[in-house]
Amino acid sequence: MKTNEIGKPTNRVDGRHKVTGEAKYAGEFNVPNLAYGFAVNSAIAKGKIKKIDTSKALQVEGVLEVFTHENRPGYVWFDKNYKDMDAPPGSPFRPLYDNEVKFSMQPIALAVAETFELARYAASLVEVEYETSPHDTDFEANIERAYVPEEYNSGEPPKPWGQPDEALANAPVQIEEEYTHSSQHHNPMEMHASTVVYEADGKLTVYDKIQGVMNTHQYITHAFGMQPEEVQVISPFVGGAFGSGLRPQYQLFLAVLAARELKRSVRVTLTRQQMFSFGHRPKTMQRFALGASKEGKLEALQQDVFAETSRFEDYSEDVVIWAGVLYKCENVKLSHKLVDLDVYTPLDMRAPGGTTGTFALECSMDELAHKLGMDPIEFRLKNYSEKDQNEDKPFSSKELRECYRQGAEKFGWKKRNPAPRSMREGHNLIGWGMAHGAWEANQAQASAKAVLTSDGKLTVSSATADIGTGTYTVMTQIAAETLGLQLDDVTFKLGDSSLPDAPLEGGSKTVSTVGTAVKSACDKVRERLFELAQQVEGSPLAEASLEDVVFEGGQISLRKEPSKGVSITAAMSHNQGKAIEEEVSSKPADGQSDYARYAHSATFVEVKVDEDLGTIRVTRVVSAIAGGRIINPKTAKSQILGGVVWGIGVAMEEDTVMDNNLGRFMNHDLDKYHIPVNADVHEVEVIFVEEKDEIVNPLGAKGLGEIGIVSVAPAIANAVFHATGKRVRELPITLDKLL
Amino acid sequence: MRSFTYTRANDVANAVDEVSAEKESKFIAGGTNLLDLMKIQVERPSHLVDITRLALDTIEETAEGGLRLGALVTNADTAYHEQVEKRYPLLSHAILAGATAQLRNMATDGGNLMQRTRCYYFYDTDTPCNKREPGSGCSAINGYNRDLAILGTSEHCIATHPSDMAVALAALEANVRVTGKAGERVIPFSEFHRLPGDTPHIDTNLKPDEIITAIDLPAKGFADHYTYLKLRDRASYAFALVSVAAALDLDGDTVKEARVALGGVAHKPWRIPEAEALLKGKPATRENFQKVAEAYVQGAKGYGHNDFKIELAKRAIVRALLQAKEMEAKL
Repeated sequence: MKTNEIGKPTNRVDGRHKVTGEAKYAGEFNVPNLAYGFAVNSAIAKGKIKKIDTSKALQVEGVLEVFTHENRPGYVWFDKNYKDMDAPPGSPFRPLYDNEVKFSMQPIALAVAETFELARYAASLVEVEYETSPHDTDFEANIERAYVPEEYNSGEPPKPWGQPDEALANAPVQIEEEYTHSSQHHNPMEMHASTVVYEADGKLTVYDKIQGVMNTHQYITHAFGMQPEEVQVISPFVGGAFGSGLRPQYQLFLAVLAARELKRSVRVTLTRQQMFSFGHRPKTMQRFALGASKEGKLEALQQDVFAETSRFEDYSEDVVIWAGVLYKCENVKLSHKLVDLDVYTPLDMRAPGGTTGTFALECSMDELAHKLGMDPIEFRLKNYSEKDQNEDKPFSSKELRECYRQGAEKFGWKKRNPAPRSMREGHNLIGWGMAHGAWEANQAQASAKAVLTSDGKLTVSSATADIGTGTYTVMTQIAAETLGLQLDDVTFKLGDSSLPDAPLEGGSKTVSTVGTAVKSACDKVRERLFELAQQVEGSPLAEASLEDVVFEGGQISLRKEPSKGVSITAAMSHNQGKAIEEEVSSKPADGQSDYARYAHSATFVEVKVDEDLGTIRVTRVVSAIAGGRIINPKTAKSQILGGVVWGIGVAMEEDTVMDNNLGRFMNHDLDKYHIPVNADVHEVEVIFVEEKDEIVNPLGAKGLGEIGIVSVAPAIANAVFHATGKRVRELPITLDKLL
Repeated sequence: MRSFTYTRANDVANAVDEVSAEKESKFIAGGTNLLDLMKIQVERPSHLVDITRLALDTIEETAEGGLRLGALVTNADTAYHEQVEKRYPLLSHAILAGATAQLRNMATDGGNLMQRTRCYYFYDTDTPCNKREPGSGCSAINGYNRDLAILGTSEHCIATHPSDMAVALAALEANVRVTGKAGERVIPFSEFHRLPGDTPHIDTNLKPDEIITAIDLPAKGFADHYTYLKLRDRASYAFALVSVAAALDLDGDTVKEARVALGGVAHKPWRIPEAEALLKGKPATRENFQKVAEAYVQGAKGYGHNDFKIELAKRAIVRALLQAKEMEAKL
């Protein structure tokens, strides 16, 4: 297909707004008479609040109120009303519900004052007496009481197939190992914030940091018993979220509560420290047992997952599905159990389950390849799966072989000496490692509206989000392409609950889902426009059909005689000055679910490890991606780069440390919780391999938000092994583990 | 943050008067650490004395042939000062190994010495910490202590001093010039910071009414053989797990004088002159450096998560001394 906008490395249409500061985030919408709330968080992990004394805080001039469980307004009765669209099974946490403390840093009060500083000061004057109960936050110590949840929010682990125990026992080459990573926090640059504007009639306009305004809208209306029309949620920009904004967080609840009680607009913004007081990637331990024939055929695979959750919700993620997607194996057994602790419920974090599962799977495959004396790529190719064995379905597309080929060539893989500790440069040991990964390429249901006005300007809208991913830009490109308009003639609107419905932006499905809705809406406009163009006096299109014309450069022209056509504005002049408006709801095509739909990656990494000091540098990364059709190579590359950088963090830095004496995460700021800095990131190369897919969605595009991260950490771990001969199975790989 | 009053001092005497006038007063210069701590109520001064207008912002020659760094010279200006780069490159390197460009532009040399520990518990007012709240207990000893001290600790505190600059100043045997009600005095660098003992809330031997006016660098800068080796969990913007300021005065391959100071391992920059002296008159070899390293960690104690620092410190000392000797490319 000839394209004008799709496939172009287009700059972000909102880039100028962002770099000039014009783009406003949830905590930046100012209204007259705004009050500020600051949350008080619990000092203990478990127990009861015996006494909470707000008198000193209330004495401070400018302090309006301190809300606690004692003076909060009545609650909507059923706890199901607090379930948001992304809530896992269980009973959602309700802020200020009663005197019970369920996790450390639980919000237990909200001080509201005329300024943020006063509110913060007042919060520090709230005196709390606790009756503490023994808490349990020690994951390792509690692993033996792991349980199978009644319901998996991620989906049941696939049932076993073949004879996994027998096949493992009989396999001549085996490995059995445990892989662990700690809890990790999202830490988007923008802190969570909600500005709740109290309108004259008691209606609320809510600016919220959220990955989908409809979730905030549903949550407020349900939790506060409000009518849908009484609440409008707006969220035009999100300063990163990575999953932390999938669920409405407690600052929203507290801000709405305070605004309704005080009949005044209220903003609550969390501090960086408070960003560690809610969801996180769960601490997870995985046991992998693999068996292979001497020739390197994978005979058996067993994966047992143990992951942390809270006492009140059973959070699970897709940790165990990746082997069945990636490798052919006839004897497989998978399990996923939960360990409930006195912590807040974990929350999807970039490639939830995939990052975790792929790390262990790809390290164990590397271990087995080493044991077999096989090249890691050769071993993987030998066990390449042509179908998804979890569901016994063919793939809609899978150009992973091409990822291997192009990635390996670019990286120079064939020059690798397979023996560990065989490559060095001064006191640095050099290691080359690789891994591959997959991520879901799903499509959900969404609506979009397209309005073409008589001046030829198009506005398309949908209540989706742009969490920094490039939604504004990509949707603008899709719309412009469909109607043959310039990017400047197209405006895309999102982040407003009054717009057509769209799901949460998560799971790398927005281009697929909302992009399809945008295209459908524009296609309808296209039909109407064509009819109008035919009515233009002396129209060269009068006898043509829609298939005979192209929409390009503001013109509708005959495909065979491009010089003959009608301009869009001329066509519009036949619409009595009215706009063309089309709203559509699109959903996955019939038959799509007969196929397994995934994006794939192969990541190649070079590390240099100081032999004496254990310091590791990731000096080179090549990430080859099979992600279907690439709508915007520039924003697409940014997504993969971001994934690679985060993968470096997962492998070597990220680690929220639980102090089990206190039941509290202790490194709760960006000085002590490390994510990569520029100096940690060296050469990173991204390759998109050609991949045609007519099944994933009409655009042929797969989401790229998560595929970039999944195979990075195992590739680094494998490179560290190749460099040092030392296998580190507990992330992050810090220098002390290599001494 | 707690409300506070604020004045701007116009000269050193005025600053000393102002800070003495109220019990809970503090000087503020760059504010890169103090303001953070005030926001989270770890520091709760009732009065701030702004000293940024004092005429302490120059670097000058001393009569002894050294350099005097005014207390208000920024870390960035110090690190990039022509004479510092030429004569005290160890100091330049140490400064540039710390913080970020933005922070170094604000942070002052005097303030650098006064920064507080980065211990997790010190920063969290909901946890016991003897340094923040004397008598409340130390959460780190039996808690999470990966970043914390292995030398000179006490049963009350295992915090480390976070500065990189101070480690180089310790190795260079700088002197800290201070002025108080009783007049001016000079504190040798090794006596400026304290060990925690049973008063971990007191970081330095500066008296409450005293202000740092300058840091004097002696004439000898070890510009030919030096290194600042900082080992940390990421390549920048992280405090040291272990750092080593190493300086050698060589006659051919023979060591005339050696200096070794460690950062990230104790409540103050850690120097053992007797261990340095092991090298005096000896060949600058890996074996001899190894002996120094062993002597430095004599009596070191790990608390679990930070046990690795003992071995790491030894290896870092050997590497730093080798680098200082060879002046080869740094890590």
